[in-house]
Amino acid sequence: MAHIKVPEGVPGIRSLVLFRPETGKPLYELAQVLLRGESPLTQGERELIAAYVSSRNECGFCMNSHAAAARCLYGDEKDVVDATLKDVSKAPVSEKMKALLNIAGKVQILGKEVSPEDIGKARAQGANDREIHDTVLIAATFCMFNRYVDGLASWTPEDPAVYEEMGRRMAKGYVLPTLQ
Amino acid sequence: MAHIDLGNELPGIRGPMAFRPETARPLNELAEILLRDDNNTLSRGERELIGAYVSYLNDCFFCQNVHGGLAQHYLGCDMQYIDAVKQNPAAAPLSEKLKALLVIAGKVQQSGRAVSPENIEKARSEGATDREIHDTVLIAAAFCMYNRYVDGLGTWAPEDRQYYINRAPLRAAEGYIDFDLYK
Repeated sequence: MAHIKVPEGVPGIRSLVLFRPETGKPLYELAQVLLRGESPLTQGERELIAAYVSSRNECGFCMNSHAAAARCLYGDEKDVVDATLKDVSKAPVSEKMKALLNIAGKVQILGKEVSPEDIGKARAQGANDREIHDTVLIAATFCMFNRYVDGLASWTPEDPAVYEEMGRRMAKGYVLPTLQ
Repeated sequence: MAHIDLGNELPGIRGPMAFRPETARPLNELAEILLRDDNNTLSRGERELIGAYVSYLNDCFFCQNVHGGLAQHYLGCDMQYIDAVKQNPAAAPLSEKLKALLVIAGKVQQSGRAVSPENIEKARSEGATDREIHDTVLIAAAFCMYNRYVDGLGTWAPEDRQYYINRAPLRAAEGYIDFDLYK
């Protein structure tokens, strides 16, 4: 049960933004612009960074839902998602993506952990300033979402089918939920 | 120097915000509603103090001074008081409710999962409402984002702490949206 009185039967962050839509609005806008807006990183890559950071923060709800969204967006290459969450070094992703995931992992620990060498390595694999910026902000943002979801102990469904459906909806975009 | 070419010389979060205005907008809207909106039973000073405390725990110089400066402005106290709260809130002259909320904020800084039912119960027994607990958790979580954005991109920060004190009245008056990033 959540730490505060949120609508029953509504999972994760959705229950929290129904409790407080005023803060929910910019949170959903941020997710939409960051994960669905214009970026040199694909939507699938951005969801993968989100799922990876959520996995490192041990946030089951965010990891499962964003991994599901990433699988939808990767389509035929959806196995990339689980391989990355299992072991980045062995995952079938580009060297550039590995270097960006390394930066995201450093941000997950603390902003100051990101070293000039981490940035240099990403750049050597062809990452540009916008890709590095978006990676850092996605990782930072999920350090917020994960803490929001777990800090209030919102409901984390266990049925994988629930996340599959969530992933399909999220792949289309982030729209602030409203009470039916 | 920042890790990427931001195309400007602005300090702290204003650098990446000017680099990428599309993401700056919701980031600033969130700050406005969480920290400055007056439809809240936590005062602006109390909310800025939570932001400064979490930024201190995350060792983010820029954010702890910007928001410590704002807390100081709203609470009408001095820098020694803000520093005392950051270093040891339990021993600081604060209400028991705010102390309990700062304990929750400190747990959120470690991990969302670190917040225990006992932490929540303690805050409730000191009179905290669900909305206050919600906002405390979200402010703490949001600063775990802002701090990482600022330091993860290696932005620069003015070293003189008086700089932040001097700017606080302007930010308090203008708010977090509709202000000129370059001023």
